[in-house]
Amino acid sequence: MKHNFVSFVKKETLHILRDKRTMLVVMLIPVVLMILFGFAISTEVNNVNVAVVTSKRTDSVRDAVERLAQNEYFTFKGYISQDEIDPYLRSGKSSAVVVFAPDYDRRSAQAAAGMPTKPIIQLIVDASNVNTAGSATAYLQNILLGSASQQAMFETRMLFNPQMKSAYNFVPGIMGLIFILVCAMMTSVSIVREKEVGTMEVLLVSPVRPVKIIFAKMIPYFAISCIVLVTILLLARYLLGVPMTGGVWGIFSLSLLYLMLSLSLGLLVSTIATTQVAALLISAMVMMMPILMLSGMLFPIENLPKFFQVVSNIVPARWYIDAVRKMMIQGQPLVAVWKNGVILLGMTMVILGVSLKKFNDKLE
Amino acid sequence: MKDIVISVRDLTKRFGDFTAVDRISFDVHRGEIFGFLGANGAGKTTAMRMLCGLSYPTSGSGMVAGFDVRTEGEKIKRHIGYMSQRFSLYNDLTVWENIRLFAGIYGLSARQTNERAAELLLRLNFSSERDTLVGSLPLGWKQKLSFAISTIHNPEVVFLDEPTGGVDPVTRRQFWEMIYEAAETGTTIFVTTHYMDEAEYCSRVSIMVDGKVRALDTPAHLKQQFAAESMDEVFRTLARGAQRIE
Repeated sequence: MKHNFVSFVKKETLHILRDKRTMLVVMLIPVVLMILFGFAISTEVNNVNVAVVTSKRTDSVRDAVERLAQNEYFTFKGYISQDEIDPYLRSGKSSAVVVFAPDYDRRSAQAAAGMPTKPIIQLIVDASNVNTAGSATAYLQNILLGSASQQAMFETRMLFNPQMKSAYNFVPGIMGLIFILVCAMMTSVSIVREKEVGTMEVLLVSPVRPVKIIFAKMIPYFAISCIVLVTILLLARYLLGVPMTGGVWGIFSLSLLYLMLSLSLGLLVSTIATTQVAALLISAMVMMMPILMLSGMLFPIENLPKFFQVVSNIVPARWYIDAVRKMMIQGQPLVAVWKNGVILLGMTMVILGVSLKKFNDKLE
Repeated sequence: MKDIVISVRDLTKRFGDFTAVDRISFDVHRGEIFGFLGANGAGKTTAMRMLCGLSYPTSGSGMVAGFDVRTEGEKIKRHIGYMSQRFSLYNDLTVWENIRLFAGIYGLSARQTNERAAELLLRLNFSSERDTLVGSLPLGWKQKLSFAISTIHNPEVVFLDEPTGGVDPVTRRQFWEMIYEAAETGTTIFVTTHYMDEAEYCSRVSIMVDGKVRALDTPAHLKQQFAAESMDEVFRTLARGAQRIE
């Protein structure tokens, strides 16, 4: 009965092709997300407005301010008085204020002469955005420390992502999210739609085995996801300049495994949901939220509370994103992430097994 | 001795404590239009699902088209057609694509498919609508097409689950003409309906109440037996005694 399987795949493909709007959305979402995360949304600290308070504009102070103003991450907003600090921070005119102690000059001269005194600088930072505040403080300290030339300077080297571009970090995350969206959401909605409209009943009365119906559904979505995968990889390589020194094929094959996993998840959702809306909600809430929060896409897993760190282990995207990050940015080969691969494979088999069983039970 | 296509003995389906179908027995002959009536919740659908090989009986036996409903569900599926109360074709596919899909499902070859499709379109006067999306057809047309497609593989029995729901009387009339045509060529029709005027068109009618078959005969005999004017009256007399309320 190979014939009827082919008719099914044809039918599913037609469903997708006829639904132009959904097609467009599926094809455009990855591109939009890549551009958004790659360029617009950035966790890098840029253009931090800094004001300076000092009683005397001595050479050493001016020297420090000069360096500050020239740094591309900071914008020097001018000298202000002590009383203006609070209004400046409150109004957002500046997000950090550097206060040089009145004896800054004397102390730095003494320090330069080898005396055990240290120049004192106060940093007042608007910490309402913790991330920006943290990074800005660290940058500022570095720059200002440089002015006390006698101090030992750290020499920091950023490996794998020397420019610390956040786009690098987001590409694996986006991939982890997109495939769940495309595969899981679309497959589940398409299966549930047949239940809702009533065509599923007719298919089940036909001699076609239910497993075939399901796999025929998965094939076109798998194909679409492959196109999306290629699009993302091309955008990442040529638009965002992600290095991928570890070889594209490793990333590609691991992604195929992740696609299978997402499709199985979609199948699982379709056995639970009875309406298309429910399928959408389950896919969105139950799958997307953990991916955003617990996969390391937005927040490092190490920073999560212990409980969520444990929970994150069952989020498939966590293992996928971690592996892709290693391959894409660190340039590790596929073998280096074998553990992630095995975990993903195991998850796929469990999910697929459970959903096929549930699907068959439903028939009774 | 007439050829028996469906034969059911003491067929029972229980869900936990609830007996949905309670030891029903009947025979359906070849070429017969068998009306399967009952109020909502009487167990019609469950009984029909068992006959279609979709649900496994708790006890009792049933043969459909010569195959056992307990053990040969897959073979049964190949020899029956099915059309549901809800619309059972794909709205986003054209008339031709729907025909091709179902022909493919029932394993028809490309040549057979083309022949049957041409004949079917001609019979329905649909030849000009071959490439029209089914979704844009009027409901009555869809229903006729749906019935034609459910018999595309020349099944021995066609199960029709409230096939004329929501259709205007003229189209219902035309639909029944199609059913008669199919029955004349030897296809057995097993139909559920809640239009009592349609029950009059059936060769024989069974009425289910609370999971049991309470009456089974030709419409004329049933009316006589219950001293009723119409099938509607017969049905209401029987349904009045129902314990299950949906």
